[in-house]
Order: sequence, then C-alpha cells, then structure tokens
Amino acid sequence: MSSPTSEDSAPQPAGIVERLMRDDVDRKRFLKMAGGAGAASFGAFVLAACGSSSTKTASTAAAPAATTSSASSATGDIAILNYALTLEYLEREFYAKVVASGLFSGKVGSLIKGFGSQEATHVEALKGAVSKMGGTPAANPNGKFPITSATQVAGLAYTVENLGASAYLGQAGNIQSPEVLATALAIHSVEARHAATLGTLVKKSLTPDGAFAKPADMSMVLAAVKPFLA
Amino acid sequence: MSNHTITNAEQVGLANPELANVEVSGITRSSFMLRGAIAAGAVYGLGAVTPFVSQALAETGGGDVEILNFALTLEYLESDFYNVKGKEVGLKGTAKSYAKMFGEQEADHVEALITTIKALGGKPVAKPTFVLPATSQSSFLALASVLENTGVSAYNGAAPSIKSKEVLAAAGSIVQIEARHAQRGVRRAADQGAGADCGEAADQGLAGRNGGAVDDPCAAPPRSSR
Repeated sequence: MSSPTSEDSAPQPAGIVERLMRDDVDRKRFLKMAGGAGAASFGAFVLAACGSSSTKTASTAAAPAATTSSASSATGDIAILNYALTLEYLEREFYAKVVASGLFSGKVGSLIKGFGSQEATHVEALKGAVSKMGGTPAANPNGKFPITSATQVAGLAYTVENLGASAYLGQAGNIQSPEVLATALAIHSVEARHAATLGTLVKKSLTPDGAFAKPADMSMVLAAVKPFLA
Repeated sequence: MSNHTITNAEQVGLANPELANVEVSGITRSSFMLRGAIAAGAVYGLGAVTPFVSQALAETGGGDVEILNFALTLEYLESDFYNVKGKEVGLKGTAKSYAKMFGEQEADHVEALITTIKALGGKPVAKPTFVLPATSQSSFLALASVLENTGVSAYNGAAPSIKSKEVLAAAGSIVQIEARHAQRGVRRAADQGAGADCGEAADQGLAGRNGGAVDDPCAAPPRSSR
C-alpha cells in the first residue's frame, strides 16, 4: 500500500520539466533503464517537455500558414471541437445539478463532484482549443436532466460517460490537426475512466463493448443527447 | 538486460518504483521505445510517458506500421502480465476474475494488432520476453495499475502520429479499453474487496495516476482546485 503515496507525489508536468533540467540523478537513472533509445531520444524528450509550456505561442505563430493551406480541415476541426464542447457543457451541467441535488454524500459525493470539476476543465480546454484555431466557441446550451434517485442518477451518469467516450472515439479519425487530436484523446481516456468507475458503482460492465470500444457518430450522439436539451 | 535494472538504492525517489525492474528484451525499435517509455514513467512519472513516446516517434519518423508494432509490443507485455504472471502469482477473489477478463482483452488486442499490421503489408514484431517483478497479489496489483496507465499514456503519445484514419480508429478503440482497465483495475477491485478506504480509491478515480482532467500532461490546462 505504499503506492498511493507515490501517486500523490507523482510529478505534475511543470515538475517533470524541472526534474529533467536539474536532476542529474534522475537523468542517469532514466538513461540506464531506457538504454539506447533513451539516450537517443533524451534531448528531444527534454525539448518536448520544456516546450510544452510554450506550445501555445509556437502553434499560434504557425497557425496562419496552416490555415491558408488547409482552411477546410481547420473548419472541420473547429466543428468537432465545438461538438465536443457542447457535450462537455451538458456533462458539466449534469454533474452540477447532481451535486446540487444532494443525493450523494461522502465518498461517492466527492467522486461525483470531482467528475463534475473535470468536465468543467474539459469545457475550458475545448473553449481554448476552439479559440486557438480561430473559431468561436459554441454557446452553452440549457440542459434538463431527470434527477430522481441516487441509483437512477448513477445509471444515467454511466450512460452519459460511455456515450461521451464513444463520441470522442467516433471523431478521432476525422480530426486533422495532431494537436487537436492529442487534446481529444487526452479527454477521451478520462471519459473512459469515468465510465469505468461508474460501471463499478452501478455494477455494470467496465468494458460494455468488450475488448474494443465502439465509436459513435455525431448524428447518433446528438440524437441521444436531444432529450437532455431544454 | 539486467544492466537496465537499477539497484534498490537507486530506486529511492523514483516516481513509480514498481516500473523500475520491468524488463523488456529485444533489439527491435519497438522494444527500445517501450523500455524508454517505461523508464520515463518510472523516473519522471506517468505524465512523462506521453511526451517521450511522441518525441521518440517523431525522431524515428515512424510510420503506421512502426506505431502498430510499438502498440503490439506493449500489448504483448500486458497480455503476458495478466495471462502468465497473473497465473504464476496465484490471484484470488475479484482480482482473479478481473485479471482473467483483462488478460483475454489484452490477448484480443494482440491479435487485432497483428492482423492490422499484416493488412498494411507490414511484419508484426517478434514477441519480446519480459521480466515482470510481481511475486504476490499486492505487488501484482500495484504493477497492474502503473502498467495500464503507462499503456494509456503511451497510446495517447503515439496516436497523433498515426496517418491512416482506420488505424487511428483501431488504436482509439484499444486505448479506451486500457483507460477503463487502468481506472477500475484489478487493484481497485481487490482494495474494495478488502474493505480498503474507498475515499482513496475515489480520489484516484478522479484522475488516474496521471493526475488530471486530461490524460496528456502537455495538453493539460491547470487543474482546478478542489
């Protein structure tokens, strides 16, 4: 049971950069374990880690060239980001209403609250991504959600998170920009984590699709969320 | 291979000491890259795996087949972990049933990747041998959690380099399963069975070991404080 401690102290991105720059002991250990590949890749790895904080500047500078050459792919990516944003707005509102309902307390309550705050983070990340692409973030829709009992809400949350994960998966192949794809994938796996956690809570499958997750296309997802639009 | 493992003294202060003595044999690029990914996760934390993999691929200019072979190597490791190591350790209870299910799914991933690589006209990489340092149920569960999270981070680092839409869709459908495994892994199942503090489990449940609302530290916006 020593690992929770190491989880808590797992370095945040900024910490990684600092350790890469400063810590000779870590560098030696990394190179020893990684062998040849690590040595070859280490310089670029450091640059990548250090560059992550200034990614915004770099890609903004590169953006005009990209837009002129592939205006249509940028438009496509913006549409996908706004679609994801719309789903995240709804998830955020759903969790906010669930928290306000007071149906959950204690550990499950804080779990639900945490999911809500992560959905809020996703909303901000997606708004930022849309703006960075030169688009206008979609407006926040008004949601309406049936909130009657803890069991019903947990079941709905499980459905919603699975739908969210399949919605991201459904768009992965349509995204043109590797940077947008990286953002979408990073959110995708967290939606899957939420779904799996809720699956345990409601005693349903962690992997309802089996070994390979199924994607959902936009029209299917939008039809599924329609009842939740006020 | 043993020259890659590090001594007990050297393990002090590692972000994920569980990964320190995982060994991957082989001199293929996939094996080199997997060793690097595991080392990055061990020393710098799982958040370092994504940038390491994306950079390593950027450097080698890896095409889709190379990325798939890297994924295959990773899945071989995970499959061996559940299907070989799990049996060797002698898991009990919920951990055993989860390990069985996860092991079958990892084996399915292996088969799917081999098929995809062949369909693209590539040659599936040979299966390396692995040393997986787990001797008891608890060390197995601890390693399961970090391995699955390493897998998610590695896929998320590799996927943006994939050229083919179909290959990307295949990789996406696998990584989502890895994330689900990572989140409600055999470890958690066993913890709950043992009546361990669900508050702690819940807290991990918020974020996984990467610790954020997104699984890629490079793309991670600042965490909202709770």
